[in-house]
Amino acid sequence: MNCKTSREVGGMGHSLKRKEDSRFLAGKGNYVDDVKLPGMLHMDIVRSPYAYAKIKSIDASEALKIPGVIAVVTGKDLEQYNLHWMPTLMSDTQMVLPTDTVMYQSQEVAAVIATDRYTARDGKEAVKVEYEPMKPVIDPYKSLDPEAPVLRTDKEGKTDNHIWHWEVGDKDKTSKLFEEAEVVVKEQMHIPRIHVASIETCGCVADYDKVNNHLTMYMTTQAPHAIRTVIALVAGHVGLTEEKVRVISPDIGGGFGGKVPVYPGYVIAIAVSFLVGKPIKWVEDRSENLQADSFARDYHITAEMAGTKDGKILGTRFKILADHGYTDASANPSKFPTGLFSIGTGSYDYDTAFMEADAVYTNKPPGGVAYRCSFRVTEAVHAIERITDRFALEIGKDPADLRMQNFIKKDQFPWKSPTGWEYDSGDYHAGLQKAMDTLGYWDLRKEQEEKRKRGELMGIGISTFTEIVGAGPSKDFDILGIKMFDSAEIRVHPTGKAIARFGTKSQGQGHETTYAQIIAEELGIPAENIQVEEGDTDTAPYGLGTYASRSTPTAGAAAAMAARKLRDKAKKIAAHLLEVSEDDLEWEVGKFFVKGAPEKSKTIQEIVFAAYTNHPQGMEAGFEATHYYDPPNLTFPSGAYICVVDIDNETAEIKIRRFVAIDDCGNIINPMIVQGQVHGGLTQGLAPAMYEELIYDEEGNILNGTFMDYLLPTAVESPNWETGHTITPSPHHPIGAKGVGESPTVGAPPAIANAIVDALSHLGVTHMDIPITPYKVWKVLNEKGIVQ
Amino acid sequence: MIPAPFDYAAPATLDEAISLLEQHGDEAKILAGGHSLIPMMKLRFASPEFLIDINNIPGLSYIREEDGYLKIGALTRESDLEHSDIVRNKFPIFTDATKLIADPQVRNMGTVGGNIAHGDAANDHPAVMLALRAEVVATGPGGQRSIPIDEFFYGFYMTALQPSEILTEIRIPIPSASTGNAYHKLERKVGDYATAGVAVQLTLDGSGTCQEIGIGLTNVNPTPLRATRSEDVLRGQKITDELIAQAAKFASEDCSPSSDLRGDEAYKRSMVGVLVKRMIHKALERAR
Repeated sequence: MNCKTSREVGGMGHSLKRKEDSRFLAGKGNYVDDVKLPGMLHMDIVRSPYAYAKIKSIDASEALKIPGVIAVVTGKDLEQYNLHWMPTLMSDTQMVLPTDTVMYQSQEVAAVIATDRYTARDGKEAVKVEYEPMKPVIDPYKSLDPEAPVLRTDKEGKTDNHIWHWEVGDKDKTSKLFEEAEVVVKEQMHIPRIHVASIETCGCVADYDKVNNHLTMYMTTQAPHAIRTVIALVAGHVGLTEEKVRVISPDIGGGFGGKVPVYPGYVIAIAVSFLVGKPIKWVEDRSENLQADSFARDYHITAEMAGTKDGKILGTRFKILADHGYTDASANPSKFPTGLFSIGTGSYDYDTAFMEADAVYTNKPPGGVAYRCSFRVTEAVHAIERITDRFALEIGKDPADLRMQNFIKKDQFPWKSPTGWEYDSGDYHAGLQKAMDTLGYWDLRKEQEEKRKRGELMGIGISTFTEIVGAGPSKDFDILGIKMFDSAEIRVHPTGKAIARFGTKSQGQGHETTYAQIIAEELGIPAENIQVEEGDTDTAPYGLGTYASRSTPTAGAAAAMAARKLRDKAKKIAAHLLEVSEDDLEWEVGKFFVKGAPEKSKTIQEIVFAAYTNHPQGMEAGFEATHYYDPPNLTFPSGAYICVVDIDNETAEIKIRRFVAIDDCGNIINPMIVQGQVHGGLTQGLAPAMYEELIYDEEGNILNGTFMDYLLPTAVESPNWETGHTITPSPHHPIGAKGVGESPTVGAPPAIANAIVDALSHLGVTHMDIPITPYKVWKVLNEKGIVQ
Repeated sequence: MIPAPFDYAAPATLDEAISLLEQHGDEAKILAGGHSLIPMMKLRFASPEFLIDINNIPGLSYIREEDGYLKIGALTRESDLEHSDIVRNKFPIFTDATKLIADPQVRNMGTVGGNIAHGDAANDHPAVMLALRAEVVATGPGGQRSIPIDEFFYGFYMTALQPSEILTEIRIPIPSASTGNAYHKLERKVGDYATAGVAVQLTLDGSGTCQEIGIGLTNVNPTPLRATRSEDVLRGQKITDELIAQAAKFASEDCSPSSDLRGDEAYKRSMVGVLVKRMIHKALERAR
């Protein structure tokens, strides 16, 4: 990639080593669990063993006898302060602690406060809770049965378990198309309930200062500013108004969407700190994190595609049943209850589509968050990419040829999708061609044909996805009414070094490096001299946080815009210093010079120094700028992924032989960070494709609530990821970037699923639900008489 | 993930450890590598009141050939076994097995003795030791005794060790030259317990006839299981594909796997059959 700046300046395109890594590698990161305050107490949480039960009694007497146990807090205690309920980000409601009924297994029932973490855990063991179990609703399809019990009796007038209905597209036109089309294919798909399982679990230290009536909340959150507003909304009535609340999100060990919601544990910690006047630390253990925190996905999708016999895609229809568990605790923009699922028309040129969704309550933990997938884009991409392969299989056309035939062409952008999006830019043909060339696609197809003759199982799967990120334009996008802009504030010190603060919050994305590179590109101040700070609501400008690949599209853009404001100011100062008119100046990264006399120049450092020492009359001193960026459109990254699998025809073990990922995320800020993001994302795409699923029995018991059975793939399971790029800049983004963090998580699962189904398609297999395990494949082979 | 309170001692001698065992009886547990015990304690599945840490006791970690045996000290770490030259040359089966035990960090701590003494049919060494016809040496207040591996495993987490005995050594008869052995397990991901695992050792005579064979099965039975009928099919015979198929069939019939998230009974029986076949072939290759 061509760089405009020198390596020393380190602007866009340089693979700078991550500035934050030295402290992580030296064990000097500062996470919530590293926060230790004088007099701090520890909290553990008693959780329900039942999915649905009445609480008959809570007996804390034995727990309170343990030396060091200070208090046991129940829903009835919080009720006195009206703190026993809280809103979700989707304007649904959720118990903080129950007063009478538990709604899912592992729900918080009571909190034990003690002088140390070990005693808190012993106290938890000693709290006796008497339950009266009730028959839970676990299957979302049965949730809407007339005889199903109404779960949310707390909602006045609620007569069923339906949460909301959503639809988009032209229903009648789509129905007519499907009635008349030459070819219609249909599959029922489940995108399994999974968990983000970040390395760091959730936790907080709530530190309420009674004297000054001020709360400092150290917290694992991806969105500190929004959380401060939520705290003020929930606890404003007890005096914690927004100026009295400071949220600090220190180093975060992975978020992936799971650290966007507000969990009951945070609120309990605040309430207890408020009541006892001491700092309260709460840090979940691994099982609590896996069993109780927001899940992701869990969409049951009926996917249909209509087309012609020669392979022209004419339309799609998707019907979704969304299982939200006990409450809708998603973190979608308010107007989008299914997130951005409507991107599911895909990368293909057709004009007819209809999508609808119904969400239901069940007795499972609430959710679902957008796990490294923007908003429900993983579900959408899986549906379209699977059904596209299904269509190719039906008409006997190679899935690569079929895609090439139907792609939106490069010159059709900006392209209006049948569900209302305006795709900004893309070159889908180039991406797939590059992936096929990298792989040697047609040779592999020949090999597969020969292998089939010998009874060997080999498959090739393609996923050519379009992502939709960077939420978002204020006309459509808000969370709890707050528009989804994001912000940057740059202060350049007299010696030409800078601090930049943002409304986002890195959880491993490398913002301290990439934001500095963006500013370096715009101003010529070396990236290493730009300190990036995020996560403290007292110092950083307001922003909606980091998720949905929105940091680069929003805050990254804000950084560029703020830097450009500074460059405008720099030009005025340079004109003053060089005693020429602004019109006579030209910018070259790092300095202004006089047109035709390049020896007459002022570097950015000289200019900044002058801003403090010799600024023009009438101009404000200093060198600072802030920008709140409201994106004009979303950005639409894309990718072409191809996966090759070999399946053992006795054990059904699945081996990924090759995986080629060609991404197009527009202009690249730091190629090394992008590659790291893609590697991580691909592995998190491999996870649901072959390993991960939260499994519940009919009573609502989780069957794999630890990492022994909830299978996180490791480096051992991961294939050699072969990555590459095409670059189609976003035309509307200040630096032409699109965002990349989630593309691989979104694009990988259907490539893998398509490869496995392709390996078995000659046996009559048309679809398999992910995760596709060797056991599942063995059952298919067993049914087909291949193995006994 | 926080265990219940417990007391802890780290004796410097075996005698001291044994007398602590006598003193605390059932309430005490031996802490060696801790990679089975500590997770169970953290999940509060196990709450022993007293831990006797034997890691400070000298002379319990060794791999040596002596008196016609390969002798492995009970405190020998899995990683020592994995990287031992004696083992790699004569018992590649241990290299097969140790590489499949958890991950390198666990193998740096986890011990061979603990893997056996835990009495878990899901652990890998029990089946290997069955195939190799090992003996287990237990040391107690009355001195040492040797227990044939076939008499060691009683039931779920139950072994022939008495409450005041410590497993101190494993002895494996060194077989004749024309011997091959092999182990493999299917696992859902690295570090998982086996969906099914099979250990095979066989010895051929000059004419290629199978003189002796041992077949052990992992995690497909309440206790580690010897596939006796399968061994009988092959012992004293020239090994053919038909006989191997028969042995595989018997093993898949004779185990008693339980259905769980790894798969149902039929799948596991099928995997036992496939693995028996593959491990016999691999052992044969190594014997020749």
